[in-house]
Amino acid sequence: MNLSKDLMAASSTPLVLSVIAEGETYGYEIVKRVAELSNGQLEWTDGMLYPLLHRLEQQQLLSSRWRVAEETKRKRKYYRITEQGQKALQQQQQQWQVITQALRQVWGDRNDYQFV
Amino acid sequence: MTTSSFDMDARIAEWRAFLAKHAAFDSDDHDELESHLRDHIDALTQSGLQQDEAFLIATKRLGRLHDVSREYAEVHSQRLWRHLVFSDASGSSGTGWLGYRELLMVMLLALAAALMVKLPELGGWSLTDDSDGWFYARNLTLFAFPFIGIYWVWKRELGGYGVTLVLGTVLVVSLLLNLYPLVPESDTGVLAVLHLPLVLWFIVGVLYTGDYWRSLSRRMDFIRFSGEFAIYYVLIALGGAALTGLTLGLYAFIGYDVEWLAQAWMIPCGAAGAVVVAAFLVEAKQSAIENIAPVLARIFTPLVAFILMVYLLTMLFGAQTFAVQREALILLDLMLVLVLGLVLYSVSSRDTVMPVGVFDYLQLALIIVALIVDLVALVAISDRILSMGLSPNRVAALGENLILFVSLSGYAWFYYQFVTHKRGFYALERWQTGYVPVYALWAAVVVLIFPPLFNFS
Repeated sequence: MNLSKDLMAASSTPLVLSVIAEGETYGYEIVKRVAELSNGQLEWTDGMLYPLLHRLEQQQLLSSRWRVAEETKRKRKYYRITEQGQKALQQQQQQWQVITQALRQVWGDRNDYQFV
Repeated sequence: MTTSSFDMDARIAEWRAFLAKHAAFDSDDHDELESHLRDHIDALTQSGLQQDEAFLIATKRLGRLHDVSREYAEVHSQRLWRHLVFSDASGSSGTGWLGYRELLMVMLLALAAALMVKLPELGGWSLTDDSDGWFYARNLTLFAFPFIGIYWVWKRELGGYGVTLVLGTVLVVSLLLNLYPLVPESDTGVLAVLHLPLVLWFIVGVLYTGDYWRSLSRRMDFIRFSGEFAIYYVLIALGGAALTGLTLGLYAFIGYDVEWLAQAWMIPCGAAGAVVVAAFLVEAKQSAIENIAPVLARIFTPLVAFILMVYLLTMLFGAQTFAVQREALILLDLMLVLVLGLVLYSVSSRDTVMPVGVFDYLQLALIIVALIVDLVALVAISDRILSMGLSPNRVAALGENLILFVSLSGYAWFYYQFVTHKRGFYALERWQTGYVPVYALWAAVVVLIFPPLFNFS
């Protein structure tokens, strides 16, 4: 599914933060996880993920380190969420809940079977 | 999974080289993106794809590099303005220890150059004393030269031979200049002082090339280096002047006059130390930012060509008398040196494989006008020599104009051959770098041979 550019920009930060909040991980895994979570409906341009990660790191919502991966013996950059990142994620969760609730109500009146 | 004809590592290396062309990615990003690419390729091949197919899909999924790099640039905007002093100090050889070691070396050498200026005071000469002005004028360039020389010996790892060259030059030049009975403000004395920097700068060039002036490309690098050095030095001098002025003003407000401090320490020591610092900066940022000297050359080439042409026409048709006075002659020669500088930098910055363009014709026009101006100057000097006899100044001017004439003729000839597609640009570069020692040689003659030749008059 092709999301509009604005929605993509707005949703990618909470998505990425949430995935990383599940545990330390790296870029390729994040892309895979997002695809999995959306049943393959959300397909990002992989390269665009990294500038976003770097921005979140600059904002100190994430921290990163280089580590050699055990299975491939290649070095990878791993990201983990910081305390500040946790707080930001909570805020985002609240905001998105407000929006999804509102949408659910206004759409749910007419055809609630589409929402689970 | 081992397909025969597809070399994955080679393809990835190519792809990385392609990344490296975008300034927005740094080497960490290269590693991170490569790691992503390899993970994706592994996953794809495990699900049954051939390696080449996997490579294609994985690179495609990363997105168009142009767009991705624009995203990177937005996040890392400072990367496009490289922080050269601290992060790029060691160039390609890695950061960290080596970078700091170089910085330390540069600071030590700059400090040594600064203190060297004060050394003669132990022997009773004083910077602020007017009567010692002539002593300082003769030796000024020698204070900074050994240290910028040693910097290149160290940087290019030239070893004992390089050190010998630096110390030998210092020894010979300082002995001769101070043993020659040069009277203050005598013609030969002033000429020697004016030409000495050129000789020493050429020695710096020999050291800079790292192979004792052997390869053409290194010589061209030295010419580029010289232009950037001049610009950096002027910038540092401007900064230094502003700082000195502020210091003077701040102290004046609380009732102290620190002009002595500025004159005896800040200005002379700063000027000597800045020589080493400017050399280091040019070397460090070499690959980081577009060079400035060629840009200036591009701006001023058409302007200078136009002004010279108009001036020539005014002189030929409008001037009251054709007699070129001494002062006019000096100005004309300065203009010709400026033209030579413009030509040097335009040539050194030109991409040799680019086809002939408008700028090349402009350049040729500038050279031809300069040649005519040089002819006028030559006629005027010969006229003065014939009517007033030989003097150090006239002979020096004659020699310089002859050298310029030959140089410009060479440029004109090779440029002509280049724009008419008879010869490549390489011939022009060879002419340019081959001729540089001639300037230095002539300067050496003026410094070392003129004084005894003209009885130190």
